[in-house]
Amino acid sequence: MSTATATNYLNEAKGWKSWLLTQDHKRIGIMYLAGIFFFFLVGGLLALIIRWELFTPAKDIMEADTYNRFFTLHGAIMIFLFIIPSIPAALGNFVLPLMLGAKDVAFPRLNLASWYLYVIGALFALYSIISGAADTGWTFYTPYSTSTSGSVVAIAVGVFILGFSSIFTGLNFIATIHKLRAPGMTWFKMPLFVWGLYATAIIQVLATPVLGITVVLLILERMVHIGIFDPAMGGDPVLFQHFFWFYSHPAVYIMILPGMGIISEVIATFSHKRIFGYKAIAYSSLGIAFMSFLVWGHHMFVSGQSELASLIFSFLTFFVGIPSGIKVFNWVATMYKGQISLKVPMLYAISFLILFSIGGLTGIFLGAVSVDVHLHDTYFIVAHFHYTMMGGTVIAFLAGLHFWWPKLWGRIYNETWAVVSCLMIFIGFNVTFLSQFIMGAQGMPRRYYTYPEEFQRLHGFSSVGSLILGAGFLIMTIYLLHSIFRGKKVGRNPWQSLTMEWEAESPPITHNFDKDMVLEHGPYDYDIVDAKYTEEGTL
Amino acid sequence: MSNAEGHPTHLAHHFSTTEQQKDSAKIGMWLFLLTEVLLFGGLFCAYAIFRAWYPDLFHNAHSFLDTGLGATNTVVLITSSLTMALAIRAMQLGNKNATIWNLVATLGLAGTFLVIKYIEYSHKFHLGQLPGKYYTFTGVEGGNPHIFFSIYFMMTGLHGIHVIAGMITIGWMLYRTTKNHFSAEYYTPIEMTGLYWHLVDLIWIFLFPLFYLIG
Ligand SMILES: [Cu+2]
Repeated sequence: MSTATATNYLNEAKGWKSWLLTQDHKRIGIMYLAGIFFFFLVGGLLALIIRWELFTPAKDIMEADTYNRFFTLHGAIMIFLFIIPSIPAALGNFVLPLMLGAKDVAFPRLNLASWYLYVIGALFALYSIISGAADTGWTFYTPYSTSTSGSVVAIAVGVFILGFSSIFTGLNFIATIHKLRAPGMTWFKMPLFVWGLYATAIIQVLATPVLGITVVLLILERMVHIGIFDPAMGGDPVLFQHFFWFYSHPAVYIMILPGMGIISEVIATFSHKRIFGYKAIAYSSLGIAFMSFLVWGHHMFVSGQSELASLIFSFLTFFVGIPSGIKVFNWVATMYKGQISLKVPMLYAISFLILFSIGGLTGIFLGAVSVDVHLHDTYFIVAHFHYTMMGGTVIAFLAGLHFWWPKLWGRIYNETWAVVSCLMIFIGFNVTFLSQFIMGAQGMPRRYYTYPEEFQRLHGFSSVGSLILGAGFLIMTIYLLHSIFRGKKVGRNPWQSLTMEWEAESPPITHNFDKDMVLEHGPYDYDIVDAKYTEEGTL
Repeated sequence: MSNAEGHPTHLAHHFSTTEQQKDSAKIGMWLFLLTEVLLFGGLFCAYAIFRAWYPDLFHNAHSFLDTGLGATNTVVLITSSLTMALAIRAMQLGNKNATIWNLVATLGLAGTFLVIKYIEYSHKFHLGQLPGKYYTFTGVEGGNPHIFFSIYFMMTGLHGIHVIAGMITIGWMLYRTTKNHFSAEYYTPIEMTGLYWHLVDLIWIFLFPLFYLIG
């Protein structure tokens, strides 16, 4: 196969069929990217409408009922259709085989099937919106979810299907990582993003089936009233909570672990330095994956579970903080005395360090039973999980997006606008959610469309922040779309990074590499490899 | 990229050896079986909780299940696992005809299982031993008897769906065998189908004592 021709994975085949029937992991990654951007837009607009309603205590634009549906949709869409597939299925799909020096994932057809399951699941979610929408919150707690008039079944079917999409992606990645590494790439020569995806995939495979059976039971409970969650029929609604959180706590690590992987790559690359504590970071990913299965009860301190159970769950929750802390210290140590260049991905990585630390530490507060009883179902929780999910995962996703964008398209975005947008997102995010910590601590409960007068100032503050945030994303949309067609062309390795995906062309050819790949140096051997890439592709 | 010779037709372009492809398929299949176990795991967990809550009810209600039919079905499924294994063995030896007949036997046994299950189900439907709010039978002592039947129908129903999925896959393997897709060198899909079928069998081996043999 010839090298350095103008053909690449984007232009080798043409027409919509060549996309919809593709088995190329890169194209599937791009199709996932399109899907998640669409739902990020939908979920984001819902959030802006919610903040609009909350600008004043009065009824501004919607009824309480409508409000319940809006926050439910915002949560369900953001979690199941955006965050969970965002890093693994979109960026991971594109980058993983390239990072391993492979030609594709282990099961390309299954990979395409996962995407179709994602689309079908999304269609069910959209159908639920037009057929009345669920008003239960994204957690679908029984017995409310089995008695409300909202459209619960459609979205539950959607979640079930999306779950299998996620399982198949995880299964595919595990097989790929085990079997398709380039010769010479031993487990401890893998990039840390791959470790992150591996740990994520383990959770996807082990936890998601339980969500699957849980929503099946919910659907049966609603449709034929089997009674196992209904106290009037001898069932137990708390059992639903146990099932739900057995999946959904590990799921928060499905969301954050791949993000942490991205941060490892970005910080090492832009500090141009060997990552500090490689093995500690790799093992801590597995440690988090393991621990994540043992802490679900911290969501249920006020559900009536036994005090002993609460104490054990609380204790174990503190433990999960340790591997996350190990990672943060290692990233900071990597930056120490590195040659730091503050490119856009690095700015996002630094934002991540700040925001994720706040999100993580407030999680420790909430793991303490007594504090949680006070803060349960307040805006403090809302702020906490937005700091981890948005300040953590979404910011890491943006770091990765800006990091690999030149690899995706062979072109790069306008740096100035990207910096402006990054700063707006950072500021807007903090304005929106710091205020919610304060409100929550003062007792403002979540999930109400109205509130006492005294919270108006903080709610107003939060709403203004969401506008700044929205404007930041608007700018990003414009410069990213612009760059696909008009951006400056880049070479193979614009960031002088040492992981293997940068040895492919930008954009890569359909079979990824123009030669059979063999590992020549470790992913972070900056001290060994001198700057031999400077002659090509420097920005 | 790959040299034309030495890259057999059954080897996908992104694998370099048949070995690598087969190992990948095995990892993938075992992981899938793990997800199946966890899918059923939720129901086993519900079973354990409600049996602990209502031990007498489970004891009384189980006597309405037909142990004879359940035991017959257990034998039927175990035999089908044997014929499935023989089908794989035959292909390893390149004996296409033996593979075909063993797959046909497996399909026949799976069908027998479903027919017996149908007889059991229709008998219960007739008596009103239905899940949840459709439950109308009055002969079981103890409160909330519908819970037992809800769990019974969910677990055996989900298992039944897996039997049907298995039959479809085995039928597909049968078709591919007749079309000469497999040989002594390449029979991974039949082997993977076999793994799946053994799991379906195994789950029944747990379901049978848990429902029919409550002591
Ligand atoms: Cu949790």
